[in-house]
Amino acid sequence: MELLLATAIGAITATGVYLALRSRTFELVLGLTLISYAVNLFIFAMGRPVAGRAPILRDGVPTTLEHYTDPLPQALVLTAIVISFAMTAVLIVMALKLREVSGGDHVDGGDPSGDHPTDDDGGPKRGAP
Amino acid sequence: MPLQLLAALALPWLAALALFALPNGRRNTAAAIAGGATLLAAGLLAMQGPAVFAGDVPRFSWPWLPFEGAGFGLRVDGLAWTFAMLVLGIGALVVLYARYYLSADDPMARFYALFMVFMGAMLGLVLADNLLLLVVFWELTSISSFLLIGYWQDRADARRGARLSLTITALGGLALLAGVLLLGSIVGSFQLDAVLAAGDTVRAHPWYAPTLLLILLGAFSKSAQFPLHFWLPQAMAAPTPVSAYLHSATLVKAGVFLIARLHPTLAGTDLWFYVVSLTGLATLLTGAYIAMFQHDLKGLLAYSTISHLGLITLLFGLSTPLATVAGVFHILNHAAFKASLFMAAGVIDHETGSRDMRRLHGLWRYMPLTAVLAIVASAAMAGVPLLNGFLSKEMFFVETLQLGSRPLLAAAIPVLATVAAAFSVAYSLRFIHDVFWNGEPVGLPRKPHDPPFWMLVPIGTLAALCLLVGILPALTVGPLLAVTATPVVGGTLPDYSLAIWHGFNLPLLMSMLALFVGVALYFMLQRLFRLHDLVHLPRGGREVFDATVAAAVRGSRALIDLLVNGSVQRSVLLITLAALALGLWTVFATQPAAVPLPVAATSAGPVAWTLWLLTLCSLAALIVRHRERLEALVYLGVVGLAVSLTFGALSAPDLLLTQLLVEVASILLLLLALNFLPRRSSRTDPPARRWRDAGLALGAGVGISTLVYAVLSRPRPDSLAPWFLENAIPGAFGTNAVNVILVDFRAFDTLGEITVLGLAAVLVAALLPRLRTAATVGTPGAGSEAGRSLMLEITSRVMLPLTALVAVWFFLRGHNLPGGGFIGGLVLAIGLLLPYLGSGVDWVEQRSKPRFEAWIGWGLACATVTGLVSLALDHPFLTSAYLAPVLPVIDKVPIATAMFFDLGVFLTVAGAAALALTRLGRLSGAPDDGGRT
Repeated sequence: MELLLATAIGAITATGVYLALRSRTFELVLGLTLISYAVNLFIFAMGRPVAGRAPILRDGVPTTLEHYTDPLPQALVLTAIVISFAMTAVLIVMALKLREVSGGDHVDGGDPSGDHPTDDDGGPKRGAP
Repeated sequence: MPLQLLAALALPWLAALALFALPNGRRNTAAAIAGGATLLAAGLLAMQGPAVFAGDVPRFSWPWLPFEGAGFGLRVDGLAWTFAMLVLGIGALVVLYARYYLSADDPMARFYALFMVFMGAMLGLVLADNLLLLVVFWELTSISSFLLIGYWQDRADARRGARLSLTITALGGLALLAGVLLLGSIVGSFQLDAVLAAGDTVRAHPWYAPTLLLILLGAFSKSAQFPLHFWLPQAMAAPTPVSAYLHSATLVKAGVFLIARLHPTLAGTDLWFYVVSLTGLATLLTGAYIAMFQHDLKGLLAYSTISHLGLITLLFGLSTPLATVAGVFHILNHAAFKASLFMAAGVIDHETGSRDMRRLHGLWRYMPLTAVLAIVASAAMAGVPLLNGFLSKEMFFVETLQLGSRPLLAAAIPVLATVAAAFSVAYSLRFIHDVFWNGEPVGLPRKPHDPPFWMLVPIGTLAALCLLVGILPALTVGPLLAVTATPVVGGTLPDYSLAIWHGFNLPLLMSMLALFVGVALYFMLQRLFRLHDLVHLPRGGREVFDATVAAAVRGSRALIDLLVNGSVQRSVLLITLAALALGLWTVFATQPAAVPLPVAATSAGPVAWTLWLLTLCSLAALIVRHRERLEALVYLGVVGLAVSLTFGALSAPDLLLTQLLVEVASILLLLLALNFLPRRSSRTDPPARRWRDAGLALGAGVGISTLVYAVLSRPRPDSLAPWFLENAIPGAFGTNAVNVILVDFRAFDTLGEITVLGLAAVLVAALLPRLRTAATVGTPGAGSEAGRSLMLEITSRVMLPLTALVAVWFFLRGHNLPGGGFIGGLVLAIGLLLPYLGSGVDWVEQRSKPRFEAWIGWGLACATVTGLVSLALDHPFLTSAYLAPVLPVIDKVPIATAMFFDLGVFLTVAGAAALALTRLGRLSGAPDDGGRT
């Protein structure tokens, strides 16, 4: 079971990183969503979850880790899930704004046609001061 | 009376609050508030006088952070009392002076407000009974003096001077903090009483040297000691009342105050002797030498201040009981004559429009009253007999002759002291002779005359004090000096006599020699070397500082250029690489100590295998087909579903619910957004780059997998988990341990998180157009009349009240069973979106216009107020209580007050999620290009 959980988290991370490195805003949003899944699962896994020991206290059962899983990572992940939803919303709106301003959906703005030649790093360089 | 102490300290701060609210035009009101507060505070402290003189130490104390050893306490011994009276007394005079000095254009209330902040900080610094509190006030003086020096914020030199002084004194403050922390850990307490009593322990401790050097660095930076003195002349860009206050009696004296305060603890070693006295000597000579060549009145006074601070430091460095008394005496004398000289310089500047001694001449005829007062004060500065400066300088000379055990210094210090005294006579004479005689004024903008009477009062008061102390020292200042110096000497006072005449002796000879040499030196400089043509720009500290700042700015720019060039892809790449590198470094560079044996793995059932296969297949499909966006969303949804089921299978029902709801909401958001984005991604990344990214992604995935497996296959370390489980019912009255953590044990975190959530939703609302754009009206689409599904429309109307009911149910049971504010809020938000999807924006907005922003506000208010109530009942913020009111019909209702907090969470989450969803939903009537307004 540990192996399955570990490989699944790794696979989600890998897919998330790959998509986040793509040049379109939509893929970036997908990639970051996947990465947040992976991070949430990671934190959750640090509490050594096991089946059938939900941290809902029952009468007559001693309050030890023999009978319940660690509630703290769950509490951390719960708020993280909600916050990552809010960040997804912000990212989407920024992607929409970007399209409104630049006409394209390249992460660096510009390229309304969607088929501009890429240089080394992709996207137009705005140049630093 | 302890409360009087607190009131005295609070008065300047309260006055500052009042002054910040006062319009700048109310000049007299502003001055009256500032002056009144200062006098009242001085009166309250003066009432402590009899007790202090009787040898008592009045105190006030209040536990502030008791577990960290930081108490908020005040302690008035002789040293603190005298310094506090100095701060308030000279403060009151400067308040009066500033009222006439500042012009009608200067924002008067702001000046006095900042002035009061500074005064309050200074007062706290001298009265603090705890070293940590002292450091806090120390930093406050740095910040408020920054604001005062930069008061004329439209002037570049004022801004530069303020920045320089802040940088130097704040860096010194950091050193002081480090030193104080070391000192506190040596002594075992930060309380001044304990620290002062622990001198022997401290001096014998191996950390004595770093502690001493760090504390001295702080003191020296504040007191402008060589080589950190260069900020003080730059700070002369401040209005003159500020200079008169900060650079005579207060800010720069904070450094020597600290040296005096900790003298009993730290002094008495060779290290102290050499570091403190040699720094003081270098400062004394440098300052006095440069002062002679300044053409600016305030520049001369600035370097002279540096030199006198050096003298005081040197005396504390010599550290004999008599030298210490002399140092304290000179602090008082210097405050009196330097404050009056700065104010006199300000009067001259104010009345003539110039501070340049190459143009100011012969003012004796135009402003005789100012001249008389300035002459008295400069004579005190030069150390002329019958004035206070003479007495402390005489004591200084006596002490320079007592260095028998160190032959080299015994020969050098008396000579160098006489030389510095001669320089001091020369620049004092220049201040008088150049300005009031030496020919006629050159090209002054207006004809000078004596200033208004009230501007002369403060100068006159201080000049009179110089004379009085100089003529009748034993009667006037004797008892005060004794009570001030006792805590600095750290025991019993030495025998000394405050008299003008001690007979013909070597110190008197040195004084006379200095006087004659100084006078001769001045006239020689004027006549033989044409002093006015000498331009002596001291170089060094400031240039080094400027070069350092410029290099830091260049370095930062270069680093930014290297890392961020405007390409998001590149930034993501760098972040991923950095994370990978950091992970690898952790594995290879740190030696994982004694790896415990892997624990036996638990077997995986069919459910686990199914979820695993589902996840991996969806991810594979996502990678291959991610350019078909609608399809990609389906795969993403499947992964999300698998993740939530994993939570469910591994004993986390709350997470299962939350992830499921967020999944629904996220997919809805992304679907709505797809309305405005291309349905397909065009392929732009070249294959080489895709393979490179794939390699990188693989590395990240393998790394994370290894890490997770490594952790899971080892025994669980001790954690906080048992505590939360044991205390859930007795401490927070709930059986759902996750919800209990969220709304009670870690509720402060949750409050921060829902605040972020609310902000994000408001940001979404602000970025999207507030109203529907013209293009969306009447066009066919999901939200308009034409493209609607009757089925969805009817269902959504029925569903809304039902979902609301489910949301409330989840919320109410949350404290004891899976559910709670987060889950209930998300259910409600999705329910609220349904009518928008089913019936269209128009239909909804004709009937009601829910203001979800207000929900966020009410939710945050509800959560915060819950916390404040427990604070008001004398419990820590957000402590939970258990109520069991008996209601009619329903009978007894058990409620934990955390329920009200959770209600705030519920409202905020519902409002934020609904706001984000419906704002995007409103736009959804628009066709592909409708997003562009």
